[in-house]
Amino acid sequence: MSYQETHQFSVPTLQILDEQGAVDPKLEPDIDAEKLLEIYRYMCLARVADERMLKLQRQGRMGTFGPSSGQEAISVTAACAMGKDDWFVGAFRELGGRLVRGEDIVNELVFYNGFEEGNVFPEATGGRLLPINIVIGTQLLQATGLGYAMKYRGEDSAVVAFMGDGATSQGDFHEALNFAAVWKAPVVFISQNNQWAISVPRDKQTNSRTLAQKGIAYDMPCIQVDGNDVLAVHEAVTEALERAYRGEGPTFIEAVTYRLMMHTTADDPRKYRPEEEEKLWWEKEPLIRFRKYLEDKGLWDETKEAALAEEIRQEVDTAVQRFESVTDYPLDEPFAHVYGESHPELERQHQEFLAELREEADDA
Amino acid sequence: MPKLNMVQAINLGLKQEMTADDSVVILGEDVGVDGGVFRVTDGLIDEFGEARVIDTPLAESGIVGTSIGMALAGLKPVAEMQFSGFSYLMFHQWESQATRFRSRSQGQFTVPLVIRMPYGGGVRAMEHHSESREAIYAHTPGGKVVIPSTPRNARALIVAAIRDPDPVVFMEPKHSYRAFKEEVPEAEEVLPIGKAQVVKEGGDLTLVSFGAMMRPTRKAAAEIEEQRGITIEVIDLLSISPLDSDTIVESVSKTGRCAIVQEAPRSFGVASEIIARINDRALLYLEAPVKRITGYDVITPYFGREKPYMPTVGRIKRGLIETLDF
Repeated sequence: MSYQETHQFSVPTLQILDEQGAVDPKLEPDIDAEKLLEIYRYMCLARVADERMLKLQRQGRMGTFGPSSGQEAISVTAACAMGKDDWFVGAFRELGGRLVRGEDIVNELVFYNGFEEGNVFPEATGGRLLPINIVIGTQLLQATGLGYAMKYRGEDSAVVAFMGDGATSQGDFHEALNFAAVWKAPVVFISQNNQWAISVPRDKQTNSRTLAQKGIAYDMPCIQVDGNDVLAVHEAVTEALERAYRGEGPTFIEAVTYRLMMHTTADDPRKYRPEEEEKLWWEKEPLIRFRKYLEDKGLWDETKEAALAEEIRQEVDTAVQRFESVTDYPLDEPFAHVYGESHPELERQHQEFLAELREEADDA
Repeated sequence: MPKLNMVQAINLGLKQEMTADDSVVILGEDVGVDGGVFRVTDGLIDEFGEARVIDTPLAESGIVGTSIGMALAGLKPVAEMQFSGFSYLMFHQWESQATRFRSRSQGQFTVPLVIRMPYGGGVRAMEHHSESREAIYAHTPGGKVVIPSTPRNARALIVAAIRDPDPVVFMEPKHSYRAFKEEVPEAEEVLPIGKAQVVKEGGDLTLVSFGAMMRPTRKAAAEIEEQRGITIEVIDLLSISPLDSDTIVESVSKTGRCAIVQEAPRSFGVASEIIARINDRALLYLEAPVKRITGYDVITPYFGREKPYMPTVGRIKRGLIETLDF
């Protein structure tokens, strides 16, 4: 008797567009110009919106939020690769992707200013965009359940679910992957490995050499991609979606990126990571290299860039104006949404709340 | 009308709802081929197939978390926790997701989900198989907690829970699963969630209980009525959340005396909440302090000594006498 090797595993890694914007011609995917420009537009929009939100927060005009600068290529590209009927299940660093799926910038501003109205989405989302998920990893099980429902209903649609690197340590992550694999649920799990879970670096998060390999335990196709490379993300997500549509089950994608900003506006990265590291990653961020790629293809130039910048500035300005023009959110709204139908005790508390509001107003 | 035990009655309710509505699916550990460890889902996989009666991996958070996703997509999942003592792993999904989607999205997303779980003691089971922790789930707004006490109301309430647009924890008194049979009509029967039942009218004391404790409670009430020549109004809560305070307050306003029986530990529980509601709305009708006849604030003992830790007919009777003689 002897020990025998029963299985061998490997984790593929994919980069198509390098840090300098040079494309590997053998791997370059055939994406039509319109889509390439759409991706670029939404990445720029997300970056500008992110910067504006940071200003609003610093000026006290909006609450705490988690910036997504540096990670735009992942959610924007995935969202642009998705079909109309696919579900988008986010965590909280997918601003660009959410905008692609039909969310209004105002939704984000209202949400991060502390009102649930921010989660009432425009019809353009088709009802298949879940609200931002704040706690870590729980949404992945919803994604698997949604995937099961798609399959049960015989729909040829899929679910794309996002998480960070920290989420891969949660039990719900492993349960979501396990259930999805057993059920062959049409789900594409994307971990945005931005190297930091607040102050905990990637190498303290898990001893695994890649996050992608965690999919192997569930016999799920997995791949590590350069998450700042639009083309690699597009290739991986498209392949995963096609697999899902064909009924071949879930995929796990690790998209390697970097959180260029703080975890949230309540956090100070100076406490735990060197500025040199951030500087290094600013050189690898996704926008510059993708713009160079578009320019090399003759799809982009200075004039177009200037026009887009102006268009985006106006779009964000308008959103901020619309956001700040509404201030009269009904304070008793939470009572209306506890249950489909209220109950007598809750109604008594509702009336008590309204009476208290009147008392407070009289005191003022 | 056929006479069914509670296991058969819940099975009937599940079967009829699954027949009527193909969005109803069942999932949990051993619910398919095995029919559940208590056989509540027995035979359903044969009738509806494994896409609708799903033997899941062994992970409670996974079962409830994926059920929430199914519900968001328009299915009506009925998830089984094999024992309530294993359900705590899914509490995060209950607290952070199931109960919140409606409020978070102002009604755009809802979670019509039922989480069934056998609860309670008295069946000589191992550790983690005998607790009553209804208060934990009832403390979260946005969810409902339903606890039947007989085969007939269990069937009518499981139907109501499946049709409810919000997440419901449906706690089944496993001690009553096969303890007795009752006539259960084949035709549809639905009981409203959030409404208690006056199961016996009376004028001298209000006695409130639910679930497995209804049987010793009713026995104690009958014996005291006969001994004392008085009448006791007995209320079966059926729903823990929303709690039907109107029925209790109305009764206590009439009788002036009240005792509450629960299997769970005394502190921070259903009995305490009922006292608070009486305090809010019927305090001045009281002629005696409201009595809590409950489990003790100890970790549920192993079954070798569990019996004296649960309210017995004798203990309930002593509590009633104390309240009557105050």
